[in-house]
Amino acid sequence: MASVELKSIGKSFGSTPVLGGIDLAVADGEFMTLVGPSGCGKTTLIRIIAGIESQDAGAVLIGGSSIDHLRPHERRVAMVFQSYALYPHMSVRGNLSLPLVMSRLRLHERVPLIRLLSSRRRETMHSIEGEVEAVAQQLQLGALLDRRPAQLSGGQRQRVALGRAMVRHPDVFLMDEPLSNLDAKLRVHMRTELAELHQRLGATFIYVTHDQVEAMTMSDRVAMMDAGHILQLGTPTELYGRPANVKVAQFIGSPTINLLPGSVGSNDAVELLGRRLQLAVDLPAGSPLTIGLRPEALTAVPANTAPADAGSLPARLRRRENLGAEHILHFDLPGAALPPVVARAPPELQLPADGHVALTFDPLACHLFDPSGARVEARRAEGSRDPVVVPFRS
Amino acid sequence: MGAAALAEPIPLRATAAQTRIRRLLSLLATHAVLMAGAVFMLLPFVWMLMTSLKSPGEIFSADFTLWPRRFSAVENYDRALTTAPLLRFALNGFIICFGILVVQLLVAIPAAYALAKLKFPGRNPLFVLVLLGLCIPVQVPALPLYIALASLGLLNTYFAIMFPFFLSVFAIFLFRQFFKSFPDDIINAARLDGMSEFEIVWRIVVPSAWPAIAAFSVFSAVAHWNDLYWPLIVVSDTRLAPPPLGMMFFADAETGSNYGALTAAATVLTAPLVIAFLVARRRFIEGITMTGVK
Ligand SMILES: Nc1ncnc2c1ncn2[C@@H]1O[C@H](COP(=O)(O)OP(=O)(O)OP(=O)(O)O)[C@@H](O)[C@H]1O
Ligand SMILES: [Mg+2]
Repeated sequence: MASVELKSIGKSFGSTPVLGGIDLAVADGEFMTLVGPSGCGKTTLIRIIAGIESQDAGAVLIGGSSIDHLRPHERRVAMVFQSYALYPHMSVRGNLSLPLVMSRLRLHERVPLIRLLSSRRRETMHSIEGEVEAVAQQLQLGALLDRRPAQLSGGQRQRVALGRAMVRHPDVFLMDEPLSNLDAKLRVHMRTELAELHQRLGATFIYVTHDQVEAMTMSDRVAMMDAGHILQLGTPTELYGRPANVKVAQFIGSPTINLLPGSVGSNDAVELLGRRLQLAVDLPAGSPLTIGLRPEALTAVPANTAPADAGSLPARLRRRENLGAEHILHFDLPGAALPPVVARAPPELQLPADGHVALTFDPLACHLFDPSGARVEARRAEGSRDPVVVPFRS
Repeated sequence: MGAAALAEPIPLRATAAQTRIRRLLSLLATHAVLMAGAVFMLLPFVWMLMTSLKSPGEIFSADFTLWPRRFSAVENYDRALTTAPLLRFALNGFIICFGILVVQLLVAIPAAYALAKLKFPGRNPLFVLVLLGLCIPVQVPALPLYIALASLGLLNTYFAIMFPFFLSVFAIFLFRQFFKSFPDDIINAARLDGMSEFEIVWRIVVPSAWPAIAAFSVFSAVAHWNDLYWPLIVVSDTRLAPPPLGMMFFADAETGSNYGALTAAATVLTAPLVIAFLVARRRFIEGITMTGVK
């Protein structure tokens, strides 16, 4: 088992910089997820760790020692590709045993005809066969061993790709969006399986995805990347609860966070759409702010009953999405040309027929970002109290 | 009421019939054109085959019939097979085509893989050179090659017949186009599994390139089975002659005016190619359409 350390990794393709000095330390046995929008360099980064691509600057350390001079198969890493990259003309058995054949048989034992001369080959092949069967059992591929990849379903191919990585007992698993070709239901199922596999194997996982749900549900820590840089590194809870950058706030969480324009008024007070919140920041008056509110931070209450110390926004219901366990409410803010504000609500919530409500929130639930996108810490304004919300009666 | 119900659908049915007739006509037209082309191309072969069945008198008779009135097939073929070493010519053809093809594949496949999938400085200029090589006919380097082979004392050998064709730029080009579309990730996976580039070529890439290899094999075999120009230059020994050169020797000899025997010999020497093509036909067409080379 091994830790992985990236030291200011830089990479450009031609004149386009793709990675700009990535520093990242992944602990032994950790499940680290790289998330970020398309094209931000996630695949490039794990290809560098695997040795498929070489970095222009920086170093990769596995288990504390530099591996930059090692070729891909000498690095004790295994990779699961987004396209699975199974060998199309080999059976599942052939696909699963190839990594072991390559590492355990010498060159002359792999050449057709000449290999018949080797007596050692038979025993080695026998033990390889046993290990392949064992992995196939674990992944429920036992009945499929003699099929070709073209004769498998997407989920089965995905498991074969996983199995091909597992047979080598690598120190580090690299996975590039392994679930993105699966349908929604299978993806949810495989999420659980992968998390369990990680616990069972105890190996280090570096997992690339642009699905924030996968990042949140499986990882020990998440590194959110954008344009070749790591914007924030932390546990899923930290990324969700205290996004360091407006891009992180936007990327993590579903439905997406509501972003509203605000500014700093007199006495350090924060103003949201011209309304003063019970919040203070240490920024010069007049500075613009972006104020983020998670859908679950907003509570719809009858208009004019918003508690004094809570933030509140007048709003009108535009659309109601029924997700069963909860409803997603889309509100227009009258008088402001802004995209709809989204809130979560319990299904039993009754709204007035005309749809006019007040959306209230605890001011401390606001995430504040300065114009550069960086998080700004705020404190409760002096003299204010915790708000008491009067909900709709259901 | 019954009459009205009947009257209603008639226009509909008429248009359905019309479209069916139109489709039939266009089908007929297409097939007529294709048939004309097929007849045009097949006629020489059919003529050859039929002439090889006729008696000498009938071949030169003024009133022409395609179907022989009297069969002299046995005499013609017997004459052809006994007076000329036809089987020897065919065997030479096999040895030469096979030798050329094996070396061409051994050289062209790794070269094409390198041009398609490996990154190295000068790759694109090299590929341009390959394309330029496509434009050079064998007649251009014929003289220096002949002089070289002569001074090495290699004239009148199988090697001399095969040597100029060992490097096929066409094969490199064809395979490179084919390998280009092979997924990079599979190659990367093989590298992670510990395969060397040579093993990747032969164990991963080639098994999925069979259509292209079959297509090229047909091209290569046809070209060298039928080649007269180069063997004529380097071979004077009848025992080494490939089919066309053998035919020439045979026609020069006293059988020169016996067209029955001559066409019988030609039939015997053409048959292996036709049979080989019929066997590899499907692969051949796949290979052509998959590489986009026409
Ligand atoms: N071989 C290459 N040559 C040139 N540019 C490349 C190459 N590979 C990747 N890039 C560029 O590098 C950037 C990062 O690519 P990368 O594949 O790492 O993105 P990603 O984060 O994995 O995106 P996605 O989520 O879509 O898979 C992209 O802008 C891409 O266009
Ligand atoms: Mg990617």
